[in-house]
Amino acid sequence: MPATVKKIGDKTRDTWLEQSYLIPVIKGLLITIRHLFSRRLVIEYPEQKKVLPPNYRGLHMLTRDEQGRPKCVACEMCSTACPADCIRIVAADGGWADSREKYPVKFEINELRCIFCGLCVEACPEDAIDMTDMHNLADYTRNDFIYDKERLLAVYDAYIKLHPEKARRADRPFKAMKHSSNFTVSDVEAANRNETKAH
Amino acid sequence: MEPFLPYIFMAVMLVVYLSSVPGMIIIERRLSAWLQYRVGPNRVGPFGLMQPMADALKFLSKEDIIPLHVKRWLYLFAPALMVFPAFFVIAVIPWGVLTLNGKEIFIQIAQTNIGILFILAISSLTVYSIVFGAWTSNKYALLGGLRASAQMISYELPMGLAVMSMIMMAGTLRLEGIVQYQMDTVWGLFQQPIGGLIFIITAFAETNRLPFDLPESEAELVGGYHTEYSSMKFAMFYMGEYCNMLTAASLITLLFLGGWHVPLVSSMGLEPLTVQIIQIGGFGLKVALIMLFFVWMRWTLPRFRYDQLMHLGWKWLIPLTLANIVLTAILMAIFR
Repeated sequence: MPATVKKIGDKTRDTWLEQSYLIPVIKGLLITIRHLFSRRLVIEYPEQKKVLPPNYRGLHMLTRDEQGRPKCVACEMCSTACPADCIRIVAADGGWADSREKYPVKFEINELRCIFCGLCVEACPEDAIDMTDMHNLADYTRNDFIYDKERLLAVYDAYIKLHPEKARRADRPFKAMKHSSNFTVSDVEAANRNETKAH
Repeated sequence: MEPFLPYIFMAVMLVVYLSSVPGMIIIERRLSAWLQYRVGPNRVGPFGLMQPMADALKFLSKEDIIPLHVKRWLYLFAPALMVFPAFFVIAVIPWGVLTLNGKEIFIQIAQTNIGILFILAISSLTVYSIVFGAWTSNKYALLGGLRASAQMISYELPMGLAVMSMIMMAGTLRLEGIVQYQMDTVWGLFQQPIGGLIFIITAFAETNRLPFDLPESEAELVGGYHTEYSSMKFAMFYMGEYCNMLTAASLITLLFLGGWHVPLVSSMGLEPLTVQIIQIGGFGLKVALIMLFFVWMRWTLPRFRYDQLMHLGWKWLIPLTLANIVLTAILMAIFR
């Protein structure tokens, strides 16, 4: 039995009705007029804010332990994991007075280099580095985007003030913290001001 | 009173047409947004109604750049030539008729016997503005200008031929006469469906609106013929485009939608003046609806490819209009 070949799509010319574009145009007009009566997919930003997903990856923060020290033990696993190479840590010996072997003297994250992949959070064995949902970062110079240890801790302080329930999170399902979209630059600035007042 | 009437009409019409340009801009921007699930400009003033004012202020206060490589007089002449015919053709567009002191007065600046010819002649001057603007500017603009000239020439033919069939039926070139003929019989679109449809299509092409905006085609040619224009000179191209749309919409209304004829209103037993004012309002409403249709169409269709444009113009519209004229002539010879 010879194989039957069915030609598909051998239409070389459109029909005259198709060539005249009339029917497609009317179809298109009906589609667009339907858009007129449907919901607007717009979030009018300063007034309305998008509800961010719970595992949103925004600005970093350095968490504190029970004594208020940074949890970080300066193991440099985050800076090793970082694909953008934006974390710089200077470690120092904790000494016998401190219960930690190492602690970070300097801990800097260049938020302009950061690609917000969250690998540092994944890598951290101490849950010392975590991410907030803050994404509306704005500043005047590039240097202002290099967040040092104090600023990252201030981010934590401001964040924890808004979400006290997030202070102890040993057994959480996600590495990244639950979020709230109310967290803004001004919160961090307020926390920074309180910090300087305390000193 | 009587000798001043044209001047009064002139003032009123100029104000109405000029102020409907910013109105159209805000309507187009809001409507286009709604058609795309957006909200459009809603910040300036209530519901964003002051947006055209803000735009105009911006245009007026922007730096006026004249590139060094352009032919200066041609560069400055082009935007003026865009606005001039757009406002010039308003002169012969009638809005309606008023009976004052027992005399019928057409609301029209200049009553001529060649109204429709005048409009076709003057409105085709627009292509010179585009070509001049394109010629002095740069290579992208030149491509836009070349497309514009080819497009306008090939679509002016079917436009004139489509009007021709309506002129044959009405037996006059006067626009008010054509409207009167439609009032006596039925609207032109029902008498000349093919002619009407083709006229509407060519009106899109003549005003360079999508799907016929090849002269501009911002995706390929930067901005087309007005690439090198900034501030108020760009705004004049913009104004000219909208004013051309207004005259095109008025023409469609006058030729094929019965002009100021409002069905049933004359048989309701109202006073003649009331009827006439309703009719003028009806004319405005029809023009406004066609303008909305222009916007609706623009945000529905993508741009034609150049060969598709030429194909549609020469292989479809011109033979169809010619056949339509012959058919009309035969039918007229048989039934009259």
